[in-house]
Amino acid sequence: MTYLLMGYSVIFALIAGYMMILGKRQKQIEKEIKQLEEWNQEI
Amino acid sequence: MMIKINNSGPIDRVLFYILVPAFLINLYLIFVWSPVEKVMGDVQKIFYFHVGSAWVAFLAFCVVGFYSVLTLIKPKMERFIYAGISAEIGVLFTTLALLTGMIWGRASWNTWWTWEPRLITTLILWFIYVAYLFVRKMEGSWEKIAKLSSVFGIIGVINVPIVFMATRWWNTKLHPVVFGEGKDQTGGGMEPEMLATMFFSIFTITVLYVFLLRKGAQIEKMREVIKKAKTNIINKIAS
Repeated sequence: MTYLLMGYSVIFALIAGYMMILGKRQKQIEKEIKQLEEWNQEI
Repeated sequence: MMIKINNSGPIDRVLFYILVPAFLINLYLIFVWSPVEKVMGDVQKIFYFHVGSAWVAFLAFCVVGFYSVLTLIKPKMERFIYAGISAEIGVLFTTLALLTGMIWGRASWNTWWTWEPRLITTLILWFIYVAYLFVRKMEGSWEKIAKLSSVFGIIGVINVPIVFMATRWWNTKLHPVVFGEGKDQTGGGMEPEMLATMFFSIFTITVLYVFLLRKGAQIEKMREVIKKAKTNIINKIAS
């Protein structure tokens, strides 16, 4: 039972980790879009 | 999760709405519906995600190989992006297959690792695609990097059938043959419920792969658009 729990913890941790990386990338993109809009207004 | 579903297209939404119930059904099938294996006990239930992860890793690397060939013929940013995201997901699922295999191995063979053909070839596959991801991070023109990384991508995909056939070619008794075993060529003596659960796991993880691939590619495409827009604005200011 310990190994089964260990196995599924690893599975969900890694999948969640990758989804968080994608989420972080998306947030960075949103930040850059905002920056671009500000630049555009200044021009 | 931080990924915003409202930013996605209809295909992504459909995938998301398939994925969530599929995942829940899959967990029900694994932990409640499928029988407990007599010899190994509960730990055998790692098998469903272990096989699914390995299958999706193979699929992901075949997609990398496909886009790598196309990139070598004619480099296009979209092809480069899809190959990169697919390689990332492939490395993720190979890592999962290796780790779950190690945990399962510890429980059933009493060792975390053994130098057995399937494990060795899988580890080599993992190293090739980690190297591939490092090559993509190199400085320089994207076209040169795309061509160089495509060579790695193609070398890696050649290893996929070797990993799959390793247990058959070297005939090791340690790692069981799952597909194409037994009289009816369906599986290595598995109960029908186990086989159905395994195929459902493969389906669920494949949907997850397609969802992550599309999501990752959308983000990278957006990054490229922003890069171009930034260059345009800088040029405007300079002129």
